[in-house]
Amino acid sequence: MAQAIQQLINGLTLGAVYGLIAIGYTMVYGIIGMINFAHGDIYMVSAFIAVTSFTLMAAFGVSSVPFALLAVLVVAIAFTSIYGWAVERIAYRPLRGSNRLAPLISAIGMSIFLQNMVQVTQGARVKPITPMLTDGFDLFREGTFTVRLFHSQVLIILVTVALMAAFTYLITRTSFGRQQRACEQDRTVTLILGYNVDRIISLTFMIGASLAAVAGVMVTVYYGVVDFFIGFVVGIKAFTAAVLGGIGSLPGAMLGGLIIGLIEAFWASYLSAEYKDVASFAILIMVLMFRPSGLLGRPEVEKV
Amino acid sequence: MTVLAHSPSMTVADRLKDGFSCAFIGLLLGIPMLGLTTVDEGGALRVMTRWPSLALFVGIVFVGRIVLQMIKQSFARRRASRPAKPRGAVEGSSRIQSIIGWGGLGLAAAMPIVFSDNRYVVDTATTVLIYVMLGWGLNVVVGLAGLLDLGYVAFYAVGAYTYALLSTQFGWGFWEALPVAGGVAASFGVILGWPTLRLRGDYLAIVTLGFGEIIRLILVNWTDFSGGPNGISSIPRPGLFGFTFSPPGSGTSIVEALGIDYAPTQRIVFLYYVILALALLTNLFVRSMRKLPTGRAWEAVREDEIACKAMGINVTNVKLAAFAIGAMLGGFAGVFFAARQGFISPESFTFSESAIILAIVVLGGMGSQMGVVLASLVLVLLPELGRDFAEYRMLLFGTAMVLIMVWRPGGILSHRAPTLVYVAPGEQA
Amino acid sequence: MTAQQSLLSVQNLTMRFGGLTAIDDLSLEVPKDSITAIIGPNGAGKTTFFNCLTGFYKPTVGQVVLNHPDRGAIRLADLPSHHVARKAQVVRTFQNIRLFANMTVLENLVVAQHNALQKASAFSIAGLLRLPSYRKAADEAVERAVSWLKRLKLMEFINHPAGALPYGTQRRVEIARALCVDPILLCLDEPAAGLNPKESAELNDLLTYLCREEKVGILLIEHDMSVVMKVSDHICVLNYGRKIAEGTPAQIRVDPHVVKAYLGEDDMEDDIKQGGVAR
Repeated sequence: MAQAIQQLINGLTLGAVYGLIAIGYTMVYGIIGMINFAHGDIYMVSAFIAVTSFTLMAAFGVSSVPFALLAVLVVAIAFTSIYGWAVERIAYRPLRGSNRLAPLISAIGMSIFLQNMVQVTQGARVKPITPMLTDGFDLFREGTFTVRLFHSQVLIILVTVALMAAFTYLITRTSFGRQQRACEQDRTVTLILGYNVDRIISLTFMIGASLAAVAGVMVTVYYGVVDFFIGFVVGIKAFTAAVLGGIGSLPGAMLGGLIIGLIEAFWASYLSAEYKDVASFAILIMVLMFRPSGLLGRPEVEKV
Repeated sequence: MTVLAHSPSMTVADRLKDGFSCAFIGLLLGIPMLGLTTVDEGGALRVMTRWPSLALFVGIVFVGRIVLQMIKQSFARRRASRPAKPRGAVEGSSRIQSIIGWGGLGLAAAMPIVFSDNRYVVDTATTVLIYVMLGWGLNVVVGLAGLLDLGYVAFYAVGAYTYALLSTQFGWGFWEALPVAGGVAASFGVILGWPTLRLRGDYLAIVTLGFGEIIRLILVNWTDFSGGPNGISSIPRPGLFGFTFSPPGSGTSIVEALGIDYAPTQRIVFLYYVILALALLTNLFVRSMRKLPTGRAWEAVREDEIACKAMGINVTNVKLAAFAIGAMLGGFAGVFFAARQGFISPESFTFSESAIILAIVVLGGMGSQMGVVLASLVLVLLPELGRDFAEYRMLLFGTAMVLIMVWRPGGILSHRAPTLVYVAPGEQA
Repeated sequence: MTAQQSLLSVQNLTMRFGGLTAIDDLSLEVPKDSITAIIGPNGAGKTTFFNCLTGFYKPTVGQVVLNHPDRGAIRLADLPSHHVARKAQVVRTFQNIRLFANMTVLENLVVAQHNALQKASAFSIAGLLRLPSYRKAADEAVERAVSWLKRLKLMEFINHPAGALPYGTQRRVEIARALCVDPILLCLDEPAAGLNPKESAELNDLLTYLCREEKVGILLIEHDMSVVMKVSDHICVLNYGRKIAEGTPAQIRVDPHVVKAYLGEDDMEDDIKQGGVAR
């Protein structure tokens, strides 16, 4: 029982991270109808920026963890959103009108570019940082096993909840949110009505990248180590989460993320740790085969 | 659809402003990655700055952007002044291509004889041909049928492991195992293709990627079956009519049978001719298929699936055939790969390989046989030109993929040669 | 007219998408050897009707029965879309032209004969071995394509990529391609869209020829009244998914329901006469 509670906590934490990244996928898919294959690598870039920033903070003798966290978050969000903007501008915008394969191949190329760019500029080895927030609350004991809720986990969950609230407000209550939703529904009409569709799309990418940046910083704190390949697997899992929740649906993305996180945590601890990634891929395939619109999405009818 | 507006010429001031803003973006992007980095210092990290490199990068972006704009403008001006070429009947570029094709074939056949003492050249050429074959195989799925398969390496792996297991566990030889491995790979093609049938482009890509990863994870973890991360070794090399190319004294050596001197390069040259033959057969096969109803149906499905259904074409079968045949060709390549290396492990079958093969198909122009050859040459030879290139190889490839798509979404050699040209009776072709 | 005499019998067809009823209890008999037009304002459900007919949508309620001269009664709504063309020989064109743009016109027309060629190639084996039986079938396929192209005056474009052709020409190529599938019922979705008056007149001649000489039943969706009125034997008018009128062109022209659906009721004139009641 204690083991289950522990996995519940771990799974929710992991799921929150997946959810933050999944929102980026789902927003981009909603607005331009394509999978941003490079999104996972944007997350990876943000993790590296976090590592560099934390190391800088330590070098400058910053000892206050909250301050360092806040500073790193701001820095990571700032730079990562520029990366997100640049990716859209370079690899996707020129291909907006063309056939289905070209933007996807461009995205794959961009993903390969980002991974290798980081590998070349930052080195191929893993990057560790001094562990922080390693303390936690011991919740209860069962035999020799103590259920522990780490501070870093609390942080991740709180930050995610706060972001979701802020984000939902942004999308439903602000004028930008309305423009964004209008763009998702019908880009041409939004353009005709005089809105700057290019800017809306750019901002969408930047917001998605910002959320991924938060996830990247959180993961760096949580695991304490990053490498240039983390974007790949996490990217696929987050995309699976977006599809599971219903692509195009923001609450769906977070819901999907939580579900995937929980399944992964429980699978790894009760069934087999080696095959936990297979579980995620298998879920993706099942969802796409049997319920492609996901849990909260609307079924798409192709016009003949 | 982008509207081609007649853009007025940029003034010098405009150009400079444009260059500066691009350079500024480059600066922002470069600071966290290029300007700063962390290095390992006794277990902990230390920040290292590389401001000169960053400055150089920003400078290159600035100059490069201005140059690019100037080139684009002069192209646009030249195109506007030239009369529009009427989009007419098929051009004769295919004749040049076929001359190059025959010439290349001749070179390829003669090459090992010319370089018979240079093992390195023959080895490299063999690697090129493996990628050519993989590219031609993936071309069937991606280029002809338009199904973006990101997990093609799975079939490569299936072929390799099938041969490895058949030979090490059951004593099969290369030539017996080849068709069987192809059949097994083709079955996998059907199995992995079937769930993707109703998926559109992006989802299809991700699912095939997932399958590729699942296969790799199974190979890594199911140690009893696949040898796990250590793989399978002592895989026999191909022989010729029962004779091997090993040194004399083993009893089956071909040099003994022919009574000639032994040279280690003989085996290498033989391997080269084997892959050359396989690649040529692949080429012939795919070219013939293109002219047959199945091949034409692949291209039609790529163009418009719904119209195909309305013509009575069973799109499911067409797609599965594409997967199966593409997989079979990948499987053949895998068998050769295993036989050549003598040892395989899951490390050779990662997503990066799938991406490389896809890059070859894309850069060469999807659907173009010749383009795949050129792209494979570039891919394999580039790292050989220098150690720096080896590190930057995938970086360049990723960049090239983005640039080619943005510039020419059809790929470099994107002229499609039709499979049927009508010649009225009495007319010259 | 009984269901047996008609080529196509639509029985209580209803198509619902969630809350929206696109077609509402439509029943219709398409007579043999005739040209039948389906007309109606935009959004009336005409293309949806075609999609139900040709297996692209599965109707919520109802059935469509094709009385095939050789194969008996075929229930089209039970068939997947590719069987509709293959087994029932019902072939359609599309409102937004769906040619294989990067393939030549000739290739488009040969692909349309895929099933016959595929059989002749025996899973490509006969084709790969270049057996004479396959080569004969392939030559015949080209001959058939050429003959339709000649009839539709499209020979000059035979080797051109289909996507590069002008719009009106593409429409005709699409019809030629549909004919290569050897239909007994040809369903044309707005074949006259984008055609100038001369081309429309040629289309009328073609449709009449196909129906009278080649014995191909024609069902067409059309907005261009110069085509519909001149060439149809039978017209069915849809509005909001329901049939509001059916009959010969002469009958439809004066049917009050049709006039109302297209032009609205006449009370606006009365209002103006009475001194302008604000609407």
